[in-house]
Amino acid sequence: MLSRLFFLLCCSAVVLSCQSPPSNEDPKKQADPEALKTQNESPATSAVMPLSKKWPQADSTLAGLPIYTTFDEIAPLFEQDNDTTYVINFWATWCKPCVKELPYFEALNTSLQGQKAKVILVSLDFPKKVKSSLIPFVEKHQLQSEVLVLLDGKYNDWIDRVDPKWTGAIPATLIYKGQHRRFIGEAVEDTNELQAAVEEIARR
Amino acid sequence: MRHLILLNALLLFFALSSCSDSASQAGENEQADTEEAAKEEKAAPKAVAQPADGVAVGEKAPAFELKNVDGERYALDNIKDANGEKPEGYIVIFTCNTCPYAVASEQRIIDLHNKYAPQGYPVVAIQPNDPAAQPGDSFEKMQERAKEMGYPFLYLFDEGQNVYPAYGATRTPEVFLLDADKVVRYHGAIDDSVRDPEAVEEKFLEKAIETLKKGEAPSPAVTKAVGCTIKTV
Repeated sequence: MLSRLFFLLCCSAVVLSCQSPPSNEDPKKQADPEALKTQNESPATSAVMPLSKKWPQADSTLAGLPIYTTFDEIAPLFEQDNDTTYVINFWATWCKPCVKELPYFEALNTSLQGQKAKVILVSLDFPKKVKSSLIPFVEKHQLQSEVLVLLDGKYNDWIDRVDPKWTGAIPATLIYKGQHRRFIGEAVEDTNELQAAVEEIARR
Repeated sequence: MRHLILLNALLLFFALSSCSDSASQAGENEQADTEEAAKEEKAAPKAVAQPADGVAVGEKAPAFELKNVDGERYALDNIKDANGEKPEGYIVIFTCNTCPYAVASEQRIIDLHNKYAPQGYPVVAIQPNDPAAQPGDSFEKMQERAKEMGYPFLYLFDEGQNVYPAYGATRTPEVFLLDADKVVRYHGAIDDSVRDPEAVEEKFLEKAIETLKKGEAPSPAVTKAVGCTIKTV
């Protein structure tokens, strides 16, 4: 009896949801305007999203780069539950293999314009190097992907929160969309490898 | 009853899937996803440079014989502590000249050896980078650095890069604490603040050594820190 009731409820829910306007107005997307906001100016607060899923606002900015002091602040970056594919790369200006693969991420960023995807470069540069190395680097190379600074040096507390497979070596890259994840714990070989990895997640 | 609910859930799922094209594609892909995920799981160790073939806590550490900065060759089996005795344990640290995290840890590694080698726990530093990829880590540069800083410990060159994969090391600096029988008892970071010695709150490695000396198992036995990828060509 109960299950029949449940079935009826389900059916009505389906019918109702099918009446809502068609696909490009994806309800998931409506519920998550935060995901795309950071491309514009500072994200407005939204009452729709639960607090933990909101796109994180930085403590401060330096030359336009958002600076996060603790991993907790940046954690929602890894928990977005929507149909956007996030490509999050950990790097530092002094890290040779990181710098070598940056152009692949920049090319990816360009190719993903207009799609539900976002490339984020999380700099782990030492705090005292942000001003002297990171900012000049970002300006010199005219990085177009979004660059964030994470200063939290208590690595053991947060490496596993990015991915338990991560040993801590950089570069490292997490690609995810909702529950679909791919973690790459080393440098990517070229743009093609990166594009393929992203497409594999994005089409899910 | 349970079956009915399940059936309803399924029906709901298909009904929802048929709502729009994109949703229905997502539904159809679901099955393929699981298969692909299973494949990915198997392929993962290679793709992420994980220490799949490395040594885990509780396992015997791989033997090695490597060239030290003094030109002599040293084998794990014949390394002595500061008193010329067979060690009670070994602080094996993969580190190098060039990585900023290794540089930031350098004084701590020197201090560790000075403190613990007389107690039977010498530091055995191994430089795993290929100088062809990282010229600053050539054997000559290692010798220079060791001399300049007065390294009191062995600074061995993983020439041919066979040792670090056997351990499953992936970054510098990275510690493997071995007991007298060369069983790995702790693996990971020196402390909770590799970047900044001033901000250290927990000395993971020292705590592990002290625990080991009491004949107990270190906890945590594994920690992590950000470090530089070991460089290969």
